[in-house]
Amino acid sequence: MSDDLKILDEVTNSEYKWGFVSNIESDNAPKGLSEDIVRFISAKKNEPEWLLAYRLKAYRHWLTLTEPTWPNVTYPSIDFQDIIYYSAPKTKPTLNSLDELDPEIKSTFDKLGISLEEQKRLANVAVDAVIDSVSVKTTFRESLGELGIIFSSFSEAVHEHPDLIKKYLGSVVPYTDNFYAALNAAVFSDGSFCYIPKGVRCPMELSTYFRINSAGTGQFERTLIVAEQGAYVSYLEGCTAPMRDENQLHAAVVEIVSHEEATVKYSTVQNWYPGDKQGKGGIFNFVTKRGICLGNRSKISWTQVETGSAITWKYPSVILKGDNSVGEFYSVAVTNNMQQADTGTKMIHIGKNTSSTIISKGISGGRSQNSYRGLVKIAKGAVKARNFSQCDSLLLGDQCGAHTFPYLEVNNKSSKVEHEATTSKVGEDQIFYCNQRGISTEDAVGLIVNGYCKEVFNKLPMEFAVEAQKLLAISLEGSVG
Amino acid sequence: MLSIKDLVASVEEKQILKGLNFEVKPGEVHAIMGPNGSGKSTLASVLAGRKEYEVNSGTVTFNGEHLLEMSPEDRARAGIFLAFQYPVEIPGVSNANFLKTAVNEVRKSKGLETLDSKQFLKVMQEKMKLVEMDKAMTQRSVNEGFSGGEKKRNEIFQMAMLEPTLAILDETDSGLDIDALRIVANGVNALRDGKRSFIVITHYQRLLDYIVPDHVHVLYKGRIVKSGTKELALELEEKGYDWIKEEVDSSVNA
Ligand SMILES: Nc1ncnc2c1ncn2[C@@H]1O[C@H](COP(=O)(O)OP(=O)(O)O)[C@@H](O)[C@H]1O
Ligand SMILES: [Mg+2]
Repeated sequence: MSDDLKILDEVTNSEYKWGFVSNIESDNAPKGLSEDIVRFISAKKNEPEWLLAYRLKAYRHWLTLTEPTWPNVTYPSIDFQDIIYYSAPKTKPTLNSLDELDPEIKSTFDKLGISLEEQKRLANVAVDAVIDSVSVKTTFRESLGELGIIFSSFSEAVHEHPDLIKKYLGSVVPYTDNFYAALNAAVFSDGSFCYIPKGVRCPMELSTYFRINSAGTGQFERTLIVAEQGAYVSYLEGCTAPMRDENQLHAAVVEIVSHEEATVKYSTVQNWYPGDKQGKGGIFNFVTKRGICLGNRSKISWTQVETGSAITWKYPSVILKGDNSVGEFYSVAVTNNMQQADTGTKMIHIGKNTSSTIISKGISGGRSQNSYRGLVKIAKGAVKARNFSQCDSLLLGDQCGAHTFPYLEVNNKSSKVEHEATTSKVGEDQIFYCNQRGISTEDAVGLIVNGYCKEVFNKLPMEFAVEAQKLLAISLEGSVG
Repeated sequence: MLSIKDLVASVEEKQILKGLNFEVKPGEVHAIMGPNGSGKSTLASVLAGRKEYEVNSGTVTFNGEHLLEMSPEDRARAGIFLAFQYPVEIPGVSNANFLKTAVNEVRKSKGLETLDSKQFLKVMQEKMKLVEMDKAMTQRSVNEGFSGGEKKRNEIFQMAMLEPTLAILDETDSGLDIDALRIVANGVNALRDGKRSFIVITHYQRLLDYIVPDHVHVLYKGRIVKSGTKELALELEEKGYDWIKEEVDSSVNA
């Protein structure tokens, strides 16, 4: 039987293989991906039938797809049968004190200026009951609950708010969207769900840190954010602390729905392990993030600071469907050593008077490759749509690369699209000027690069911005000379 | 404090400094004059440690240390300050933030506590008065969009903040109108405290009316060919450099 026939056979053979599910007590699924594994994951999470059906449809679709090869990155091919798709959330080993922490990680924590309490939390040091953060989290959750805001793990929401999940899951990123979106829809482990009811302005930055029952950030995370009419939320994803993970492949999906006059601000700091200087190890980060401005005058704003991962493949996008809706993308992508990033955005203008802004700052050092890839599409009906794009690349040496791939599809004469792009190098004279004022070359590069990214950092919530700046300096260590 | 002996230096294989000797004692102000291309900026760059400038031979000691063996940032931390002829722009980095980093690096190297934002602001406000700097200028990106005069004023402001032991001013007066010149000169004079030394590189005697030097030297073809008091500057103003060039060139030919 040819491979195609085999797949077809598998897809059409709807007989449920129960045999496997008796294994439900085990914590890990065996390696590889099959319908049985998808069923196993769903059963493990005690999911309703409709969600299992969704996963299976996604899985069957995934079988028909091939890995995309258009990004400007190279990596050894991934053996999708060599991955474990479900493992029970591992509890990190508990440390008795910070002295037991890996000195390299400890020193990064210190450079980032992370408080001792926070360090203990991140490193899983046993803390006494008084400062146990669970109680803090509960307080947050109660005050959010009073406003009708839902902020929970995805799995929890599946059980507590099935109607909302059913309505919105896959509505912005359908499983048919791309290879990794299909894979995620089939095997997603957990993630976050956030719902802001009509007219409510979320009074605090929602960060995954305060989410209860978070099962640890997974390999196949799924996030869904819905802002009802007139609602506002600022959502923070990620962590500036170094994130190590044994799983090499990460394929997350984020969906945002912004109804009439609602605003969703989504900020990310991504600091996954980038691999060593020779490019060994490191996370492959293949993410699909998309939001839809469904209602008139709605807004979605993406801000991202990408410093980690061996390979990043990520295009947070906005579909501007409502009239007068606004999409924004502010990005800093740093690559050093052997890292590769292919990142950018898509702004799809459908509604009238829609406007979008793209500010992208790519910084490459070492022997890394950094590509901006962006699409601005203006549909026929998008009367008077406007876009402004600015894509700047900064090179820190002469062995790295910066590339820009802007795509433009304008189907409407009344719209206006502006694109600016620059490539520059950190000047020897700038570094010498700093040196002459007593600043070391490494600090000088940090300072100059932070200045270069200021427009984007200004869009981050204050505390995040300060950490992101320090993170940038650390990521660039050894990038020059 | 500073002692330069038989300094030979080149840039892009071209010898510029050809056996230069020069002494500066604490508290002294030395003016260095000379025709264009004679090597004045090269001397400043070599002292500051710019790496395009190669030292072929000679020694430089600074407060007993071998200056040429130190990194540029260590020279700065040890108290050498260069007011650049062409100050560099650093977009997105505020003047205040830049200076706070610099001041704290220098303090750290001396084993002093670093200043927090509040303490730093206090020091900055004091020094701003010295060069009539306004607050808006401290918030702007380093030298970005500054006029020629503002850039030079900013250099002197940085000098005031960093409190060096030896300041080298490379044509800080060029391009300044008379008011800006007065402001810059007042700033420098306010920092003359009997211990701090200055090397003032200039084309014009006019600056030396404001900053009165103890010694005046003429640099020509990579050597100090004449030294004197402030009267020498007046003489140069009056007669130009030709008579010195002739003197030097004829003695070489002889
Ligand atoms: N970076 C450089 N590259 C090439 N030539 C240089 C460089 N800097 C200085 N020079 C040359 O060295 C000589 C002395 O220059 P400079 O020290 O700037 O003179 P001054 O400051 O006295 O006018 C000139 O001939 C100049 O062209
Ligand atoms: Mg010069």
